[in-house]
Amino acid sequence: MEKNLILAGVGGQGILSIAFVIDNAALDAGYQFKQAEVHGMSQRGGAVQSHLRYADHPIHSDLIPTGRVDMVLSVEPLEVLRYWKTLSPEGWVVSSITPYINIPDYPDMDELLTQLVSFPSVVLVDAGKIAQAAGNLRAQNMATLGAASPLLDFDDEQLLKYVRVLFGAKGEKIVAVNEKAYRYGKAAGQFFRGLIEAGIAPLDAVWLTRRMDPATIDPAQAGRWARLASDKDALAAILEAGSDLDAARVGVPG
Amino acid sequence: MGREVLLGDEAVGLGAVHAGLTGIFGYPGTPSTEIFEFVERIARKRGDIEAHWSTNEKVAYEEALGVSWAGRRALVTMKHVGLNVAADAFMNSAVTGANGGLVLAVADDPGMHSSQNEQDSRYFAKFALIPCFEPRDQQACYDMTRDAYDLSEELGIPVMVRLVTRIAHSRSAVETVSEPRPQNPLEPAKDIRRWTLLPSNARVQYRILVEKQPELLRRAEESPYNVLELRGKRGIIACGITLNYALENLPRDHDWSILAIGQYPVPPEKLRRLVEHVDEVLVLEDGYPFVEEMLRGLFGLGMATVRGRLTGELPRTGELNPDLVRAGMGLPEVATAAQMDTTAASRPPTLCPGCPHTDTYKALNEALEIFTDPQVFSDIGCYTLGALPPLQAIHSCVDMGASISMAAGAAIAGYRPAVAVIGDSTFAHSGMTGLLSAIEQEANVNIVIVDNETVAMTGTQPSAATMETLDRIVLGLGIDPEHFRVITPVPKNHADNVRVFREELEHEGPSVIVARRACIEKIKRHR
Ligand code: SF4
Repeated sequence: MEKNLILAGVGGQGILSIAFVIDNAALDAGYQFKQAEVHGMSQRGGAVQSHLRYADHPIHSDLIPTGRVDMVLSVEPLEVLRYWKTLSPEGWVVSSITPYINIPDYPDMDELLTQLVSFPSVVLVDAGKIAQAAGNLRAQNMATLGAASPLLDFDDEQLLKYVRVLFGAKGEKIVAVNEKAYRYGKAAGQFFRGLIEAGIAPLDAVWLTRRMDPATIDPAQAGRWARLASDKDALAAILEAGSDLDAARVGVPG
Repeated sequence: MGREVLLGDEAVGLGAVHAGLTGIFGYPGTPSTEIFEFVERIARKRGDIEAHWSTNEKVAYEEALGVSWAGRRALVTMKHVGLNVAADAFMNSAVTGANGGLVLAVADDPGMHSSQNEQDSRYFAKFALIPCFEPRDQQACYDMTRDAYDLSEELGIPVMVRLVTRIAHSRSAVETVSEPRPQNPLEPAKDIRRWTLLPSNARVQYRILVEKQPELLRRAEESPYNVLELRGKRGIIACGITLNYALENLPRDHDWSILAIGQYPVPPEKLRRLVEHVDEVLVLEDGYPFVEEMLRGLFGLGMATVRGRLTGELPRTGELNPDLVRAGMGLPEVATAAQMDTTAASRPPTLCPGCPHTDTYKALNEALEIFTDPQVFSDIGCYTLGALPPLQAIHSCVDMGASISMAAGAAIAGYRPAVAVIGDSTFAHSGMTGLLSAIEQEANVNIVIVDNETVAMTGTQPSAATMETLDRIVLGLGIDPEHFRVITPVPKNHADNVRVFREELEHEGPSVIVARRACIEKIKRHR
């Protein structure tokens, strides 16, 4: 077993926190790991990335070779494009779709999403919205980690243990917020994949997942939503019934 | 035995602590900073290790040399260009030699992730005639640092541990010893001739250093870090971290003959055996073609073809990685997932929202509008980012302190306006002497010291010359108090600040304007 991840984001988004959680979970699980990170100048709002590798055998290079990347895990959608050419043919993209716009030529969001969903093995969640629902916008990193977690080799407890270690010093409230963000992120990611697997067009899946309440989104319902969403008119009618989704959810088809 | 998850930098620090370290000194610089910070945290807990940031690398090196003189073990840390600053102390410490173990941990930055050049410190080790360790992984960072102390004391000379960015900032598990070595007792060196490098003494000392060289070679030859494995007719010389890149691309039962180098000077016998065994040899170095050049000499090597950075199999500049090494080895590319061919808009680093430098630059830019195309000399720190759009406020960045002296030179050459922008810590590091000269020379310069009360770029370490200390230094250096101004760079002061800049630009002769407001990041971290 060997897993190679590129963690991506913008300086300040906390990708090293994601790395900390996975590093330690990997260590607990008896894996070897290496994790190369970026310090210094780019941490000031620049593009940052971390190569994280764990395996049940010794790992040589700190950097992952092109073609051997199993996952690009990005807290920011534009950043995916910087690294996804290094993915292996079986590789995955897991990304937040909440943009971090600090450059003048940030691409058009619809175009960016269209590019991202052109990749078949993709999980997209709105980490900004999820983090906000969990109680703190800074928890976008943990929301994205949650979305990626089903593709990693750990159960929730193995990862959440280190979410607690990481935020422990900041108090119970921050710990709770980040745990929540992780769980919401996981549910949103699974819901999204559920829609895709039920045959929903990827952009519609993005759209529908985004409109769900992060606190109550239920991956088990993805199939039903998918059936509904295949009938555009029926879906639109339900969603229109109340502009807020909770109202719409009342009409989840049985 | 214990096990800890450590950055390469941290593993060096812990190795030093477990080798009986008494004192660590350094100046912050990416990618070396975390060595010091890690030891500092231990020092704070334990109370029996001294950890001090120094005003610059030369001072740090000399302080470490003083600890060594006192018979105790010292670590001095810096980035590669910092060693240029410390070079005087460094070169001469090889001549005096070390008393207590003296280790220099220097972190090079191939690819210039956070630096203005990618100079290779192995040349410095060779220049000074001292041994150098180059770890390939975090475990080696820990082990080599401990070995470096023993070697330093056995041979009576300083020893270098050379890191590169990828090892400095990569994390892995490290096995540690259960019984750290105790510190040395205080036992000052009393051999006056050895430590007083008058020419008559220095000649003797230098001969002693030269006479130690065969022993250095013997140690390198026997070193467990220089491993020769002879297999097929294709050879690789892999220095430090590059061994990982080669092995990453090879199956376990490959047929390449490999010499891994982790301890310098280069072991000639092992090198000869490899070269005699193979038809061609690829030299992998994350840095300059140091070994490659040595191997090739002026006329190439008769026995085998040498390939590497000088022959185009590997790029001449920049950081190596598994892909470049794979290509250099002539192996086919690995298949990747098929994606649309997209390029991502680049996202360069920027000043933080609310950064004081932004307000300083906005005011300075406006004040300078009265000149056509004014060029501003600057220096090294967060404020260097002012060179990028949208501010584009500065037009030079060369080395620590160069802003002031270059502005003075330009002024003396007749350039108006000669403006320098320098940070408080950079000023303490290398700006003070330049300012004293400019004042003595009555150069018509305007020095802007952006005092954000910290060393921001490397993670908000304490600055040696901020606030009142800075003011007292500047006045003490002899600036006319009428042309010493302090402004607060906030948006609401913009018009006033422009006026202050204008007034000083009109003044003939040196002036200093301190733009003082704390770094946002510092406020956050030290809350
Ligand atoms: S770290 Fe401080 S000095 Fe550097 S850009 Fe941010 S606010 Fe400015």
